[in-house]
Amino acid sequence: MKKRSFWIQVVWGQLKHNRMALFGGSIVLLMFLLAALAALLPGDPAAINIKEALLPPGGAHLLGTDDLGRDVLLRMLYGARISLLVGFVAVGISTLLGILVGALAGFYGGWVDALVMRFVDIMLCFPTFFLILAVIAFLQPSIWNIMIVIGITSWMGVARLVRAEFLSLREREFVLAARAVGASDLRLIFRHMLPNALSPVLVSATLGIAGAILTESALSFLGIGVQPPTPSWGNMLIAGKQTLGYAWWLSVFPGLAILVTVLGYNLLGEGIRDALDPRLKD
Amino acid sequence: MTPLLEVHDLAKTYRIPGKSGIKPAQLKAVDGISLQIAAGETLGLVGESGCGKSTLGKLILGLTPADRGDVLYRGKNLARLSDRQMRPYRRQLQMIFQDPFSSLNPRMTVSETLAEPLIIHRLCAPAQRQQRVAQLLDQVGLESAAADRYPHEFSGGQRQRVSIARALAVEPELIIADEPVSALDLSVQAQILNLLREIQLEHNLSYLFIAHDLAVVEHVSDRVAVMYLGKIVETAPAGELYHQPGHPYTEALLNAIPQPDPSRAGRPAPLQGEIPSPLNPPSGCSFHPRCPYATELCRQQEPELLSHGDNRQVACHHSDRVGHNKT
Repeated sequence: MKKRSFWIQVVWGQLKHNRMALFGGSIVLLMFLLAALAALLPGDPAAINIKEALLPPGGAHLLGTDDLGRDVLLRMLYGARISLLVGFVAVGISTLLGILVGALAGFYGGWVDALVMRFVDIMLCFPTFFLILAVIAFLQPSIWNIMIVIGITSWMGVARLVRAEFLSLREREFVLAARAVGASDLRLIFRHMLPNALSPVLVSATLGIAGAILTESALSFLGIGVQPPTPSWGNMLIAGKQTLGYAWWLSVFPGLAILVTVLGYNLLGEGIRDALDPRLKD
Repeated sequence: MTPLLEVHDLAKTYRIPGKSGIKPAQLKAVDGISLQIAAGETLGLVGESGCGKSTLGKLILGLTPADRGDVLYRGKNLARLSDRQMRPYRRQLQMIFQDPFSSLNPRMTVSETLAEPLIIHRLCAPAQRQQRVAQLLDQVGLESAAADRYPHEFSGGQRQRVSIARALAVEPELIIADEPVSALDLSVQAQILNLLREIQLEHNLSYLFIAHDLAVVEHVSDRVAVMYLGKIVETAPAGELYHQPGHPYTEALLNAIPQPDPSRAGRPAPLQGEIPSPLNPPSGCSFHPRCPYATELCRQQEPELLSHGDNRQVACHHSDRVGHNKT
């Protein structure tokens, strides 16, 4: 308990003076609330009502309706859940993979390190987005597949970060002391080194969420992401494309949502980085 | 009598990878060192920064694999053991590190740090762990309230006490103290040295006490070994060594101790120049470029560590001339 509060204190103490980071954090928090709100609101995001098709924003439908008469606001709230889900699960997968691979390479060094990091280099050679496209083309484009594929194509950065941290931690005296006391490799890795290597990972994960949300939107925009009728900001964006001339609200609001959310995560991530930076060596 | 710890011909060479145009070099950090430590004895190990003292400590504990040589603990060769086989011996041999600011895990409370050895070696029942932690803290002169705090809440001296408590947790027979006081304030140094002394008497511990200045070592050591560029150049009982150095390097180190009494000035000038690069050690006796007694013989032939009297060993061609020109 006390340990966690100490950690949050350090970050929060720095973060509260950083207005951009606070702004980003508020956006992130707001998106969480909105996503939670979606389940509480009455109405079905898939309810079709042709009589009310393409209503402009205002009135009963705050953000208007689409060509099938579905409420845009409601669909966007459900879309927020998809975005959050994709962001967190995909980044969770990539962070976990990155930590495992990076820890392995950094802890054992030598030929293990060389082998693992060459594999990382190879993975980095692929243009990630086209790799995802190619993989999704073979699989069913479902939301779970997307999260998994984004996760397993974006762990390399985390792996490099963790490896670098581990290489320097390995020579630190408290790690040597733990080894001298007889700590096993697993204990050294998970009890002593990993908790001291997590700061940059936290930053990269926060920024990674923004990237994952963007990737999901792009995939959905291309029609191989989240499949209709499940609403996601990306597929709402593409659905509004045909009617952009006379029903701008179908594309503009989801587009803005993506922009604002990604901005929020980026600002928050950079704020956390600034907050942790002077303490990275501590 | 078999000594508690016997180190025989221990060596470690680091390979420095060559950059473009420069061929790979070899750094002999520890170059064939032999020493013995008896039960209850403190062996002081002195030398300048970079002479391989700390590497020697890590080699003995197997924290760094040795290239060759043996580490015999009560006759059992530790240098050939795997990590797993080594684990039981980690209860007997412990280490205290130089920098109290980096030798404690910043994310673990003092009680977590001290409980770890107890957990690893299953030294006491989980229910009694906190009691044992409090006991350890008491032993090193810290309040039991310290248990729930983090290392960054302590001063250097207090942190070093925590490090000592961690080493004591397994009730070892030998502690390698790697410059345990050189990062501390002078007043705190004395406290820590006294603490180490008390603990030694209480538990009949042996120390390998590594330091870079003879003044500190004089206080605590029974015997002193002087190291230069990865080799031991002289070992002698502490009193004899301070009274009558047998190696020019020992003499120079003694002269480097600040004299509170100016009337006793007049010893040869302290050491000139820097320690040579261990990447490219001098020919013959590696001390000859800085030695006031050096002759052609020293430049060509490396002196062996030979016995002089009962307890003293010196590696110098001219040890009979050393130490006679002081007032």
